[in-house]
Amino acid sequence: MARSVTTQHKTIATVAAWIVALLIFFPILYTIITSFKSEQEAIQGFSIIPSGTFESYSEVQAQSGYFKFFFNSVLLSVGSTILALLVAIPAAWSMAFSPTKRTKDILMWMLSTKMMPAVAVLFPIYLIFRDTGLLDSRIGLMIMLMLINLPIVVWMLYTYFREIPGEILEAARMDGASLWNEIVYVLTPMAVPGIASTMLLNIILAWNEAFWTIRLTTTEAAPLTAFISSFSSPQGLFWAKLSAASTLAIAPILIMGWFSQKQLVRGLTFGAVK
Amino acid sequence: MATQQTRSLARFMMAPSVVLLFVWMIVPLVITIWFSFQQYNPLNPIRDGFVGFSNYALFYSNPAFLQSILNTLTLVISVLLITVIGGILLALLIDQPMWGQGIVRILVISPFFVMPPVAALVWKNMIMHPQYGVFADIARFFGAQPIDWFGQHPMLAIIIIVAWQWLPFATLILLTALQSLDGEQKEAAEMDGAGFISRFIYLTLPHMSRAITVVILIQTIFLLSVYAEILVTTNGGPGYASTNLPFLVYQKALLEFKIGQASAGGVIAVILANIVAFFAMRAVGKNLDK
Repeated sequence: MARSVTTQHKTIATVAAWIVALLIFFPILYTIITSFKSEQEAIQGFSIIPSGTFESYSEVQAQSGYFKFFFNSVLLSVGSTILALLVAIPAAWSMAFSPTKRTKDILMWMLSTKMMPAVAVLFPIYLIFRDTGLLDSRIGLMIMLMLINLPIVVWMLYTYFREIPGEILEAARMDGASLWNEIVYVLTPMAVPGIASTMLLNIILAWNEAFWTIRLTTTEAAPLTAFISSFSSPQGLFWAKLSAASTLAIAPILIMGWFSQKQLVRGLTFGAVK
Repeated sequence: MATQQTRSLARFMMAPSVVLLFVWMIVPLVITIWFSFQQYNPLNPIRDGFVGFSNYALFYSNPAFLQSILNTLTLVISVLLITVIGGILLALLIDQPMWGQGIVRILVISPFFVMPPVAALVWKNMIMHPQYGVFADIARFFGAQPIDWFGQHPMLAIIIIVAWQWLPFATLILLTALQSLDGEQKEAAEMDGAGFISRFIYLTLPHMSRAITVVILIQTIFLLSVYAEILVTTNGGPGYASTNLPFLVYQKALLEFKIGQASAGGVIAVILANIVAFFAMRAVGKNLDK
C-alpha cells in the first residue's frame, strides 16, 4: 500500500509551511524592501511596496565607501579559506589514507580547539597582533580566520576523503602508476567535489565571523561585519541606508548558502548527519 | 600496508595543521592564565605585579559576574529549547508532501546565512524598534502600547534574535535526518496501525536522536560565545541586564583595561566551555565509531 496522500492533506501542509517560512524569512524580505525606500518612507509605518528608489544604495557607497569593506570581506573569506585548504588537505589526506591508532584522537583534539571561547584569548591575541603590527592588517585577520576554521576544514575534508575507495588506489598502483600519476589522475578528480564543498562552507563561515573581524580591525582591514556594526550608534535616521548596506552585505552569501545546504549539514555535523 | 616510509610521510603531511592548532591553542591560553594572576593595567601601571587569586576574587565579587553567568546560561538554554523543539516541528512540517518544498526550504534556511551584526541591527531597528519597528506597528494596529524591547526585556529580545538565527540550522539538520528515515519502516508502522503520535515517539524520535544531539552540541559551542548580537543591540545593558560572560570579559579587557580581571573571566569561560566540551566530544566520538 503506497502512502495515500490526499490533496487536502497536501494543501494544508503547503499553506502551513508557506506561512511559517514567510514569517521566518520576513525580516530579510522586509530589509530588502526597505532598501528600495526613501528614508522618509522607511519610517512612515509598515508598507511592503517601496517607491523603488536606488538612492540608499548610492548613498551607502558615497558616504562610507561600502566597496572597500566588501572587498575586504571577499579577500578575507576567500584568502583564509585557501590558506586553510593548503594546510588541511595534506593532513586530511594522510589521516584518511594512512590512518594510525592515533588518527581519531588527533581529529577529536582538533575539534576540541574549536571549543575554546574566543574571549578567553582576546587579550593575548590583541597583544600579539599589536606587537607584530598585525592589528588591522588583512594578512593578520586572514591567518586568524584560517586558524578558527581549520578544525572544521580538516574534519570536512577527512569525511570526504574517507569515502574515496582505497581499492582504486591499489588498482592504480598495480597498473604501475607512480605516486604522482596516482595523485593527478586518480585521486584529484575524486577529491575535487569534496574540496569544493569544503571551500564553499568555509567561505560562508569566514564571511560571517563577527568577533575577531570586529575586534582586530579599525579601518584598513575592516570587512562588512565591522562596517555593519558601526551602524549600531546611528546619527539620525538611517533605516533605508541600513537596509541597503545590510542587503549588500548578506546577498552574496545568502545565494551561496542556498546552494550549499547539503555541505552545510555535513560540515557542521562533522559527518554525523548526511 | 603502512610502511615506515608512508608513516613518516603521513606525519610530515599532518605536521602543519597540528603545529598551527597547537600553537594557536596553547600560547594565548598560557598568556591568559599568566595574566589572570597579575595586576596589569596598561593605563595605570603603578601597581602591576603578581596578585595570586585576587583577580578571581574580584571578578567573583563583581555583581556583574554572577549576572553574566546567569545570562549566558539563560541564553544558551532558552535558545536550545526554542530551536530544538521548533526545529523538530518545522522539520516534520516541511517533510510533508507539498507544493514548492524547495522554496520553503530556502526561505527557512536563509537566516542562518545572515551575518550576526546584520541580524541584530535588522531586528533592533526594523522589527523591534519601539517607534518605527514592525512590532510597534502591529501593537498600534491593535490599539496596544508598543513594547520597548531592549529597554524592558533585553534578554528576551536577544534570545529571540539568536533563536531566529539558529532555528534554521536546527531545522535543516533535523530535516536531513528525517528524510533519511526508511520509508518502508514508516509504512510498516502505519500498516500495524500506529498513529501519528506513536509513530513519532517510537520511530521518528529515536531515528533523529543523533541529529538532535549534534544540533545541541554544535549550537552550544556557538551560543556560549554570542557577542556581536549583544554589542550592536543592548551593549550589555540596561546595567548588566543582558551582559553574558564573553561580553563582560570584553568590557573588562578592552574598555576598562582591567586585564587581570578579564583574564580571570576568560579562564572561567574556558572552564565552562570545557565542561560542555567534555560531553560534546564524547557524543561526537561515539557517532564516529559507527
